[in-house]
Amino acid sequence: MLKVALVGAGKMGLSHLSILGAHPDVEVVGVCDTSLIVMGALKKYTKFSCYKKFKKMLDIEKPDAVIVAVPTKLHYEMIKELLERKIHVFAEKPFCLNPEQGKELAQMAENYDLVNQVGYHNKFIGTFKEVKRIIDSGALGDIYHFTGEAYGPVVVKKKDSTWRSNPADGGGCLMDYASHVIDLLGHLISPVQSAEGTLLKSIYSQYVDDAVYSLLKLDTGETGVLSVNWSDDTYRKMSTSVSITGTEGKIISDASELKVFIKKDGVLEGYTKGWNVKYVTQLTDQVDFYLRGEEYSAQLDYFVNAALKKGPNEINTFKSAALTDNAIALIKNNSKTKA
Amino acid sequence: MDRILYGDNQFFAVNHISDAKSMEQSMKFKEDKAIMATLDQAIESGINTFMCTTHDRIAFVCDSVRANPEKYKDFKIYPCMPYAHKYANAVTELGIQGTIKQYVPGNFFGSMFKGGKALVSKDYLAIMELLVDAEMKMFEGVKTPVIFLQNVITDLLLGLGMGEILKGFHDYVLKKYDAEPGFITMNLPKLADTLDALGIENPIICASINSANFRMSGGKELYEETLRNKKIRVIAMQVLGGGAIPPKEALGYVCSLPNIESILFGASSKRNIDNTVSTIKEFDSQ
Repeated sequence: MLKVALVGAGKMGLSHLSILGAHPDVEVVGVCDTSLIVMGALKKYTKFSCYKKFKKMLDIEKPDAVIVAVPTKLHYEMIKELLERKIHVFAEKPFCLNPEQGKELAQMAENYDLVNQVGYHNKFIGTFKEVKRIIDSGALGDIYHFTGEAYGPVVVKKKDSTWRSNPADGGGCLMDYASHVIDLLGHLISPVQSAEGTLLKSIYSQYVDDAVYSLLKLDTGETGVLSVNWSDDTYRKMSTSVSITGTEGKIISDASELKVFIKKDGVLEGYTKGWNVKYVTQLTDQVDFYLRGEEYSAQLDYFVNAALKKGPNEINTFKSAALTDNAIALIKNNSKTKA
Repeated sequence: MDRILYGDNQFFAVNHISDAKSMEQSMKFKEDKAIMATLDQAIESGINTFMCTTHDRIAFVCDSVRANPEKYKDFKIYPCMPYAHKYANAVTELGIQGTIKQYVPGNFFGSMFKGGKALVSKDYLAIMELLVDAEMKMFEGVKTPVIFLQNVITDLLLGLGMGEILKGFHDYVLKKYDAEPGFITMNLPKLADTLDALGIENPIICASINSANFRMSGGKELYEETLRNKKIRVIAMQVLGGGAIPPKEALGYVCSLPNIESILFGASSKRNIDNTVSTIKEFDSQ
């Protein structure tokens, strides 16, 4: 059994807590948050030990691993504390507000040999896992262009401010929404090296960006377009997609449907010349407990297995999340330097 | 419950395998009249139960039903609450407390939050009851013999171990609406055990059941065992595995299982509705 505690019982925190509560290899030893209404409900209706103070929970419960689901601006201090106490950490995304902090935490986790993971869940979605497999096989030839997109209806009218609308707290479409796409591109192809022609647009928000458009160059030389807008109410929920074009083929994929065009037969098992279409239903591994999507359970299974030394800790490491933070900083800086 | 229930995913651009298809549906059903026309076609095909989320646009369906009592005298709606994206988007924007403030009617929570004091048990059940009432408002005067809790809430509470709230929903629906409570889940075996432990007898559970093993947490074999051994009334949904299984094979599998009282499906053309209805009838008569 892995003793796991949670700090931050908001939307993602409660979702993680529910999945962990149903996990056969996990004992939830504590939950920490400052919200009276949420903690009141957990205290009355669950068997979880509830805390207001983070360090007190760590002192008393001595967890093996902690899920950090507080706003990003609080990540650095809390995660540092956890690593110093030799506790495995799963943190929500985006990782840190400043890429140097992320790098430092990644180095610490590596030095102490602690399991470290960040909640970029797209990498656990069947279609995107298959995209990764196809790209790694080389079946697309030389990749010369990509587009990474995400659209959804988060901010669709002018409204009062919350932490998401405060740039200092890690709010905004670039941090909150585009980070998923940037991270996915980094995983599928390679990390972002530079950004050009960036437009950060505020559509309804007063202080933060609601849309991000940028031309990206990756470490391995590929170039492409990032287009993300969280004020698009033609979408019912967040929709993330990538399109990747190479000399030998092309992939268009979102979280539910994968379309692959291959120029020749025999280069990729299970795919033939021309268009091939696969659905997430065919590409998804069964999970033991489902809440909102297989990927949320799958990423926690992966973390728990790594902490129990039953599996690897290679996907969504602090190191990869720090590279995503770095890309966010590059894009932000580029938007300020434009003519 | 009727053997065949008609669902609403196609009306609200919910498509498990294609975002493009989902956008097409959103265009096709832009007008409320288009939804009503397709529902009328389903009724012509012999369907009398519409199982739908408590989306704002269902108000139009309820209005139409109330306005034509003779035409819809056998027509029933099974509301499934809440329309999760409404709340999910609100939580993203306002936080949990802000969302409750926005959606719980009346203002006595306002003063409660301002005082900064913790809520007591009955307050949580009261919030749940007020939310149920808010979601049920548009169905006044429409037959709603079964009222469901959506899977995202059922399963959230299930994982958290908040069985008492599931029981609270169950008891409130029985008492206030004289209707049968139902639970939608992606975790049938675990939910069946939990409801059993809560003393809820022979519950109505709607779950994903298909030959593709899609969204059947714990696996198909465990589901089949649960169906054989538990006293539950099951509605099978996602029988086509999100479109991955050919309809004949899909329906053949579901019709062969024990304890499946009803089959829920969605389709947006008269032809597909008719095909599904006749295929189910064919398998049932074998």
